Amino acid sequence: MSETNSWELAAAPESTDHVKIESEYGLFIDGEFVESESDEKFDSINPATEKPLASLTEANPADVDRAVKAAQTAYSKTWSKMPGKERGKYIFRIARLIQERARELAVLETLDGGKPIRESRDIDIPLAAAHFFYHAGWADKLNYAFPNRNPKPLGVVGQVIPWNFPLLMAAWKIAPALAAGNTVVLKPAETTSLTAMKLAEIFQQAELPPGVVNFVTGHGAVGEALVNHKNVDKIAFTGSTAVGKQIQKSLAGTNKRLTLELGGKAANIVFEDATIDQAVEGIVDGIYFNQGHVCCAGSRLLVQESVHDQVIQKLKHRMNSLIVGDPLDKNTDVGAINSAKQLKTIESYIEIGKQEGADFYQPDSNVPEQGYWCRPSLFTQVAQSNRIAQEEIFGPVLTVQTFRTVAEVIKKANNTPYGLSAGVWTDKGSKIFNMTAQMKAGVVWANTFNKFDPVSPFGGYKESGLGREGGLHGLAAYLDIS
Amino acid sequence: MAKTPKSSSRLEIAKTYKMYIGGKFPRTESGRVYNPSVNGKSIGNVCLASRKDLRNSIVAARSAQPGWAERSAFNRSQILYRIGEMLEGRSDQFSSELKDQGLSDAQARNEITQSIDRLIYYAGWCDKYQQVFSCVNPVASSHFNFSVLEPKGVVFAFASEASPLLGLVSLVAPIIAAGNSAVVLASESMPLSAITFSEVLNSSDVPGGVVNVLTGNAAELHEHAARHMDIDAIAFDRDDSKLWKNIQAFASENVKQVKKFDLDWMDPESENPYLISDFCEVKTTWHPIEQISSSGSGY
Repeated sequence: MSETNSWELAAAPESTDHVKIESEYGLFIDGEFVESESDEKFDSINPATEKPLASLTEANPADVDRAVKAAQTAYSKTWSKMPGKERGKYIFRIARLIQERARELAVLETLDGGKPIRESRDIDIPLAAAHFFYHAGWADKLNYAFPNRNPKPLGVVGQVIPWNFPLLMAAWKIAPALAAGNTVVLKPAETTSLTAMKLAEIFQQAELPPGVVNFVTGHGAVGEALVNHKNVDKIAFTGSTAVGKQIQKSLAGTNKRLTLELGGKAANIVFEDATIDQAVEGIVDGIYFNQGHVCCAGSRLLVQESVHDQVIQKLKHRMNSLIVGDPLDKNTDVGAINSAKQLKTIESYIEIGKQEGADFYQPDSNVPEQGYWCRPSLFTQVAQSNRIAQEEIFGPVLTVQTFRTVAEVIKKANNTPYGLSAGVWTDKGSKIFNMTAQMKAGVVWANTFNKFDPVSPFGGYKESGLGREGGLHGLAAYLDIS
Repeated sequence: MAKTPKSSSRLEIAKTYKMYIGGKFPRTESGRVYNPSVNGKSIGNVCLASRKDLRNSIVAARSAQPGWAERSAFNRSQILYRIGEMLEGRSDQFSSELKDQGLSDAQARNEITQSIDRLIYYAGWCDKYQQVFSCVNPVASSHFNFSVLEPKGVVFAFASEASPLLGLVSLVAPIIAAGNSAVVLASESMPLSAITFSEVLNSSDVPGGVVNVLTGNAAELHEHAARHMDIDAIAFDRDDSKLWKNIQAFASENVKQVKKFDLDWMDPESENPYLISDFCEVKTTWHPIEQISSSGSGY
């Protein structure tokens, strides 16, 4: 594949020999892989080849109930009674095992989800391990996190995660829940459950007590059954704003706690006094990282009018050097779109953008015949009211608008129901502090973009969510501190 | 209410109780009133707020909020202290009004002294909660990363029905201490002291629109508040599980944060800085640290 790219690098595919994938996976309940009470199965597809990797089990409500029961028993009999120090040691163990098996997990993540191996190897898997390692240390120190509150675990936590960072999202959710003393039932996304199955193996290897973490695989109905299960004490969901709203509504009248990490439409703001080359790298990172399947992606570029032409020219040049193709190739920058369904969504938005009258640009690089691909895409001459500037596309599609004054760009940036993240590029310190303070967003990157760390709280304002994940503030979501 | 005039004594001037919106005291645009009563005796013609009043108060709260949040923490602190001062000076008026609403002498006295002390308590937090709840996060890469609290924005509060002054003060103080603006629905059965408290606010350097007080019926207004797209959070201190369920469901339409309070406001444990953080967002900011000759992250 690499012959077709503009830099003409030799192919450098990561080998897959060391990754053992079972032909079929059951549900992970009470420490073991078990059959469903139904025998419904579905395939997990490699989006770069469209070939099935393994067959997964579609859980039914009875399975969800079984998983919740296992989590309840593990909570009351084992996990909530265990001293924090011991709990922490299990979580440290999990972190270590992820590090030891990092290569296997990275390759599997890339096979199953289509993301470039460079990203799963350098970002997803190391960060997943870091999340367990960071939270492990909190398990016996919770009284220092929330002084005068005597923090207590909540019970059984139901978690539903998306397909864009499969193992990393599982780690974001599971690590703080366990550190706080809760037990977990988690539903991975239906297109990307394989690394969760590996994580289940790791839990077995770590001798994590049975039932402390349970995985139920399947489609939306499984998540719904989990969210609405009467014995679940807290729901943590990462996904679309539409589904998040449904979940918030369905929890009305219950005592369940809720955290939501939802969609975004982040402004990435470039001032004329920015270092333009660095800003262009940041724009590329912001929107083309992980094929743009990132809720905090910098999908709206707001560039000061005086440097618009220069930025766009450099950006187009940079887009031409991005290698789109085999996710397993270590040189690949943009991998496969996660699913046929998502590709269709992205393509429909590209069509909408063209009809709205924006100017469209894509480099003319070749993409493989098989698989789901979308070349890095750019819309200029975009209006604030355009749908492509208002709605989350969740793909490698950037819209560009211009501005003249600081007041104008603040208004444009905040003119969205979302508020997850924002980016600011300028070399002037006082401007950075003004802009970062004015952004109605939970994470603001100044002269950088799309950086993540377990110690750094993440989450959105407005319709981008409720609560935080990561850091000290993320812990609160898994504890009763009232 | 006015007492029957005795011969040769002067006629007492009865007070008209209006609402408090945007720093002004308008009547409800609907022209409607209701008559809460104590022991079968009406305590006044009180405005029955309409949906339009609610919307007007949100407009006032939204436009006042950025300016309030931009005040220095020290300044907000002094203004909250000033509210306490003004309340102290009008204790007698509040005492007789609370008793008119059916409270005993001891209850009334408690409501007032606790309300004053609560304002002073949160006045002291204005320039401190940020230090307690914010942090520098030691990320593994070479970035300076810090998290701070920011106000949610506009908070709608269904204030306590049973504790007409202290219940209202106990929610309003932490809400505005954080830099939010508030729209409060007063106790329906005992609304008078909420309006008189608005007069205290009005003479305490609190900018108009930062606190707005409506009188009326929670069942009528709850849906309009919970579905309003320009309210960021709702505090609910009422004992009505049906209304609470509706509010939770409607709030999902713009992912509002909602929180139910069932604290005993007389309990000293009911005042704490977590009530301030309840009405805040956490903002995390990243910036690269230049690596010239040293190793990685400096924090």
